[in-house]
Amino acid sequence: MENRRAVVSVLGKDQVGIIAKVTTVLSEKEINVLDINQTIVEDFFTMMMIVDVTQIEDLDSVRQTLNEIGEELGVKINLQLEEVFQAMHRI
Amino acid sequence: MNIGLDEITETVRMVQMENLDIRTVTIGIDLKDCADADFSAMQTRVYDKIVSYAKNLKPYAEQVEKEYGVPIINKRIAVTPISELLGNATREQAIELAKTLDKAAADIGVDFIGGYSALVHKGVTKGDQVLLDSLAEALTVTDRVCASISVATTRTGINMDVVKQMGTIIKEASENTRDQDGIACAKLVVFSNPVEDNPFMAGAFHGTGEGDAVLNVGVSGPGVVLNALKKHPEADLGEVSQVIKKTVFKITRAGELVGRAVADQLDVPFGILDLSLAPTNALNDSVAEILEEIGVERVGTHGTIAALALMNDAVKKGGAMASSYVGGLSGAFIPVSEDNGMIQGVNDGSLTLPKLEAMTCVCSVGLDMIALSGEASAETLSGIIADEAAIGMINKKTTAVRVIPVPDKEEGTMVEFGGLLGRAPVMGVNPFSSEGFVKRGGRIPAPLQSLIN
Repeated sequence: MENRRAVVSVLGKDQVGIIAKVTTVLSEKEINVLDINQTIVEDFFTMMMIVDVTQIEDLDSVRQTLNEIGEELGVKINLQLEEVFQAMHRI
Repeated sequence: MNIGLDEITETVRMVQMENLDIRTVTIGIDLKDCADADFSAMQTRVYDKIVSYAKNLKPYAEQVEKEYGVPIINKRIAVTPISELLGNATREQAIELAKTLDKAAADIGVDFIGGYSALVHKGVTKGDQVLLDSLAEALTVTDRVCASISVATTRTGINMDVVKQMGTIIKEASENTRDQDGIACAKLVVFSNPVEDNPFMAGAFHGTGEGDAVLNVGVSGPGVVLNALKKHPEADLGEVSQVIKKTVFKITRAGELVGRAVADQLDVPFGILDLSLAPTNALNDSVAEILEEIGVERVGTHGTIAALALMNDAVKKGGAMASSYVGGLSGAFIPVSEDNGMIQGVNDGSLTLPKLEAMTCVCSVGLDMIALSGEASAETLSGIIADEAAIGMINKKTTAVRVIPVPDKEEGTMVEFGGLLGRAPVMGVNPFSSEGFVKRGGRIPAPLQSLIN
């Protein structure tokens, strides 16, 4: 199976422990983080991660767990397959 | 290839905040091989074929929308124009077949099934006439069945005998659903130059040039275009066109990706992308607001048609670059009831029926989802249809009429259709009669296609 990569984006108010909690979820699901990028845009904590989901059959359960963590922290966590970004922004 | 942080935020913002969505995935299914002299056998075969192709449409589409994070709003079915199956059937049998379609759609869990249709722009077969005779009742006794009738093309002219009948049929459908403000008419489109691969209801059907089954996609994103334009308040109109093109390119690319993923899952070929800006009643998801952002104070005022022409052309250019399989209607939809900006334009008196007619000369579709005063006569409705068909015929483009005469309601009243169909202020019609013109019948000859002025 070819590589399947997804983008995890986290947007919301900055606070302690966001990265720790998100990466804990990913490691529990045995998802490897390939790239991570974090910045503050207009007072918003913005984190983007590229993760390897080649072995993950049930993407939806990962999404749900991330959503639960997001609600706990009061941030918006989004998980999308990478192809969408490639398709939209590359000719 | 690496993806930039700003590109990721842009995509996430488009989906989360600006209503970027895939408006519809529509599976088109050929039913001609279901024809059978035994009517009940035919019903069974029609039901079985639809269900066998489309039973997984909804779950697969939902799976794809989750994985890619782009919502797919509607999952729908389009079938072979049903008049082609009717042959010697009776009116009652035709209505039974409509119920079969309705049941198939309900069992699969889709909200609309299109194709209770007839192409009668040149002549009317026995099957076509049975369908026309059954139309008003079929739309009344079903919830999900959508119908379209082609009454004109550039190559054949306008079949005024059918145009005359359509006025009566719309009136009857409206009366039949009097207690729901004539909602049956919202499921009926009268076309000039219809396309055979249109994924949008109510005009969708699976045309003769198509394969056994195909998945067509309608993409949309007025909100995304509006937000992109808001960032360039000082841009001149050339730059405005450029901004729209770039934005539509991105929307279209997302649409093709998602559409192909759904088609793969269903194991049917991918058909076309219909690049349209189709509004919804959601906040900031309005075509009218884009026109107002371009610079007209309220949609309908002077300059609206020029702004619409610019936008429509830019949408096509951006989309055509993004995908090689563009089809359908492609352009801008200007339904009144589904667009908050249009509703406001009518309420403020800037947008009138004549202006809407003029707007249809430069954009896709035509008079769409317009509530008319219940006093509008069948002949007046036929007159409206004939005018709109003539615009399509002469300009070699698709036009359509989907108007809803609302029983007992007068000009200015707000009518709620509910759900996807939205709400619309009732518009008045010209008080003078079209009867003399309509009752002549016959066929308006096809226009000369040279000496164009």
